[in-house]
Amino acid sequence: MAAAVRISLLVLLLLGPGGWGQAEPPRDSLREELVITPLPSGDVAATFQFRTRWESGGGQPWGQGVSHYRLFPKALGQLISKYSLRELHLSLTQGFWRTRYWGTPFLQAPSGAELWAWFQDTVTDVDESWKELSNVLSGIFCASLNFIDSTNTVTPTASFKPLGLANGTDHSFLRYAVLPREVVCTENLTPWKKLLPCSSKAGLSVLLKADRLFHTSYHSQAVHIRPVCRNAHCTSVSWELRQTLSVVFDAFVTGQGKKDWSLFRMFSRTLTEPCPLASESRVYVDITSYGQDNETLEVYPPPLTTYQDVILGSRKTYAVYDLLDAAVVSNSRSLNVQLKWKRPPENGYIHYQPAQDRMQPHLLEMLIQLPANSVTKVSIQFERALLKWTEYTPDPNHGFYVSPSVLSALVPSVVAAKPADWEESPLFNSLFPVSDSSSYFVRLYTEPLLVSLPTPDFSMPYNVVCLTCTVVAVCYGSFYNLLTRTFQIEEPRKGGLARRLANLIRRARGVPLL
Amino acid sequence: MGLLSDPVRRRALARLVLRLNAPLWALPVAWLERTMRSVGLEVYTQSFSRKLPFPDETHERYMVSGINVYGILRAPRAASTESLVLTVPCGPDSTNSQAVGLMLALAAHFRGQIYWAKDIIFLVTEHDLLGTEAWLEAYHDVNVTGMQSSPLQGRAGAIQAAVALELSSDVVTSLDVAVEGLNGQLPNLDLLNLFQTFCQKGGLLCTLQGKLQPQDWTSIDGPLQSVQTLLLMVLQQASGRPHGAHGLFLRYRVEALTLRGINSFRQYKYDLVAVGKALEGMFRKLNHLLERLHQSFFFYLLPALSRFVSIGLYMPAAGFLLLVLGLKALELWMQLHEAGVGPEEAGGTSGSSPPHPPTQGVGLASLMAPLLVSQAMGLAVYILPVLGQHVAAQHFPVAEAEAVVLTLLAIYAAGLALPHNTHWVVSTQAPDRGWMALKLVALIYLALQLACITLTNFSLGFLLAASMVPAAAVTKPSGPRPLYAALLVLTSPAATLLGSLFLWRELQEAPLSLAEGWQLFLAALAQGVLEHHTYGSLLFPLLALGLYPCWLLFWNVLFWK
Repeated sequence: MAAAVRISLLVLLLLGPGGWGQAEPPRDSLREELVITPLPSGDVAATFQFRTRWESGGGQPWGQGVSHYRLFPKALGQLISKYSLRELHLSLTQGFWRTRYWGTPFLQAPSGAELWAWFQDTVTDVDESWKELSNVLSGIFCASLNFIDSTNTVTPTASFKPLGLANGTDHSFLRYAVLPREVVCTENLTPWKKLLPCSSKAGLSVLLKADRLFHTSYHSQAVHIRPVCRNAHCTSVSWELRQTLSVVFDAFVTGQGKKDWSLFRMFSRTLTEPCPLASESRVYVDITSYGQDNETLEVYPPPLTTYQDVILGSRKTYAVYDLLDAAVVSNSRSLNVQLKWKRPPENGYIHYQPAQDRMQPHLLEMLIQLPANSVTKVSIQFERALLKWTEYTPDPNHGFYVSPSVLSALVPSVVAAKPADWEESPLFNSLFPVSDSSSYFVRLYTEPLLVSLPTPDFSMPYNVVCLTCTVVAVCYGSFYNLLTRTFQIEEPRKGGLARRLANLIRRARGVPLL
Repeated sequence: MGLLSDPVRRRALARLVLRLNAPLWALPVAWLERTMRSVGLEVYTQSFSRKLPFPDETHERYMVSGINVYGILRAPRAASTESLVLTVPCGPDSTNSQAVGLMLALAAHFRGQIYWAKDIIFLVTEHDLLGTEAWLEAYHDVNVTGMQSSPLQGRAGAIQAAVALELSSDVVTSLDVAVEGLNGQLPNLDLLNLFQTFCQKGGLLCTLQGKLQPQDWTSIDGPLQSVQTLLLMVLQQASGRPHGAHGLFLRYRVEALTLRGINSFRQYKYDLVAVGKALEGMFRKLNHLLERLHQSFFFYLLPALSRFVSIGLYMPAAGFLLLVLGLKALELWMQLHEAGVGPEEAGGTSGSSPPHPPTQGVGLASLMAPLLVSQAMGLAVYILPVLGQHVAAQHFPVAEAEAVVLTLLAIYAAGLALPHNTHWVVSTQAPDRGWMALKLVALIYLALQLACITLTNFSLGFLLAASMVPAAAVTKPSGPRPLYAALLVLTSPAATLLGSLFLWRELQEAPLSLAEGWQLFLAALAQGVLEHHTYGSLLFPLLALGLYPCWLLFWNVLFWK
């Protein structure tokens, strides 16, 4: 009897986890990661990535009416279902990534605000949804995204492919807009931080201290939402939310010429405990030694593991600190890094959509093959025109911004990368889909351009002249009209149809008309 | 403002100055690049070359090639849409190395600050203005003067303001500010006010046109001194020359001025720290600008640093001068009308009176001929000297530069022989009406030209109007002809130039002897032609193609038979 009971208990225990797994809804997961890269110019780049996966609705990502949220922020989840989004990419950037001095960035973003979204093909009025979406996002992120309208929205046909799972790429469901003048500040960072499951209480997000993050040369924060495969066979689909933040610390100013840094010196915080909700929480430090100079680098505390992979076309070595590993968490860490950087080296299609004044902007897309070691110059002539007097901004002499241009390229990799398991590889390596291992995807943005247009003198005499002329013109015009117009009573025509018929016959006969 | 307050920076500056004081025949490009990079700038170079139309004897150069070096301080969290420029023009013979040293020290100091919102470009140009011109053209991706240069690798958006720095010695007793740019363009008055504010704040001695600021406005000395300064500015602006490297920036709507350290005044003496502090203050103020400078005046005359004459005050003077021409033209037109209408009305209705229609036709033809011939003379003055320099240098024992100037003068003088040559075209019928019509056309032509010039470059327009209008108004073929002829010759454009040179040196308290004046006159002619070709200065074509033919018309009127 006792044995039987024991056996049945055992059986229950064995069956237990499986049975609960069936009954429980699929679990969301959170991975967080920080990559610290010493840049060739001596500056230090820090890239945060937080990935939340939303295993909603039994494998159907487009499932409507899902109301259970655990880690995924509800604000964004409702947004997805309300506007039938397929992908959403929003970046807010202050500063400009200097590719020549800093190398290729992990996450590219233009200066200002950039928003692009793919809608599902069930959406009937894409423009209307786009307008509402930008307004809602404007509220969520405290940014001036509500200034996105038809004058700065384009539909690119070549450059912006869906980053996630896609079964059709009909470009009429894509919208893209840039606001180059958008200024990013703490008011945009706070709502971004609130989307994180651990907010800024624990884990890597402890380091997100606004006064340090905005004391940098470059600050870029982004939100990417896309559908991804849930497993290797892609039998079901789940939503992925990636929140990324890149900053570049100016080593010259803060370090007085030295290249040493520590987490505390950069963020004025140290990592103490991992976020309890995270399934993975890691810090990567680029310790690739290029072997050109005999510069040594010392990492403290010494890393337990290292990670090697081909990133952006060159082989890199990273020291890995897993925060979930209790041995790693200590009070402070610092390391000295001295590196030399080697910059990775780098059929006609032209799509041009001319602008309509005050309706839509110009869009010029070119697919060109660049010869090696060459300089390609694309120049566009434009004429400066006077705007309508209501169209001038309050600071017209500051100039008017032209959005940065985008360069997307598949660059052949110098080193062949081994195909890695997508789910296992670190986050910084897996945002852009890789079709084959011999090339990698790069997107670069140019600086926005400030153009000064001819501006009238907006001083008091100008306003007086304008106003007086308008008043005089209106008064004079209407009075003149009233005084000189003569009114006549028009006789109603008789026999309209008969007369017309008669005229037709007369015309055919060549007789003068009635 | 802790510039140079710590001994390390001070020592570094001393080392720089020492290094730069070594005889220097070409720009030490590699050293400059290294130094700029070591203070944390993004460094780029640009090579350029230019073959001048004829050898420049003043600067001793003909085929010029050089390298500009510039470093960009990138403002944190800014997208490189706006920038400020601090430029130091260097030539092989120039002694501007102190300015380079000060610029590098400023760059090192600026790099450590966090408040920059605009990128700052530190630019060292070779062959002073030629290098600046090459850099500016490449930066704005235009080619207006035929300069060959390599494209720029690094850019920093729209330039908002620029300051050029020239220090001739390591002892600075006063800072002179130059505002007159190419073709008489002036920077916004606020930039000058900014400079003056920081001069006062730092207790620096500031001068304008090399003159001390008058202190006492109640006695006669103060106003007298400011009139001298004003006249110097008028002459300087009328010349249309860039009075420093800043002058070329103004063409691209970049507000700019040149600061010159001068070592000439008695007991005042400042070290470079004071100058650096003033510059730092100016750059911090400019850094805070939300818009381009636009609130203040772009047209002004300066009798002193703290006072200006606004356009509303000086424009009526030129207007009244031009009114003389208008009234005179009106008078002539009425005379013509009275003389012509009477007989025409008598025969006009019948349309069959034989002597009158030919009078009309001949009048028009007699106008066309002098007009065309004088315009052709102007074209010859403009084109032939540079075109024929090699022919002239082959046949006469002169150098190319001399050949250009002498050819210019020869063609100019040959124009005076014009009336005798055109007589065969001019009909003798109705001689009175002929010269009246010609003078009417000439008066209107002159008035239009002067009005246009006055609107863009007041000083030049006023100077020309003041000299040409009286003679133009009184000229006629009857009366004391030799007197009129002398008056006309004395007020011809070339004579005005000569007179201006004498006046200029007189005001600078360095009077010229006659022979010196002549030499200076020849050099000025050569410079004028050269600046038209190298920088696009408009004075030479304006005089050659516009005012000289117009003046020839009056000469024609005088010798009408």
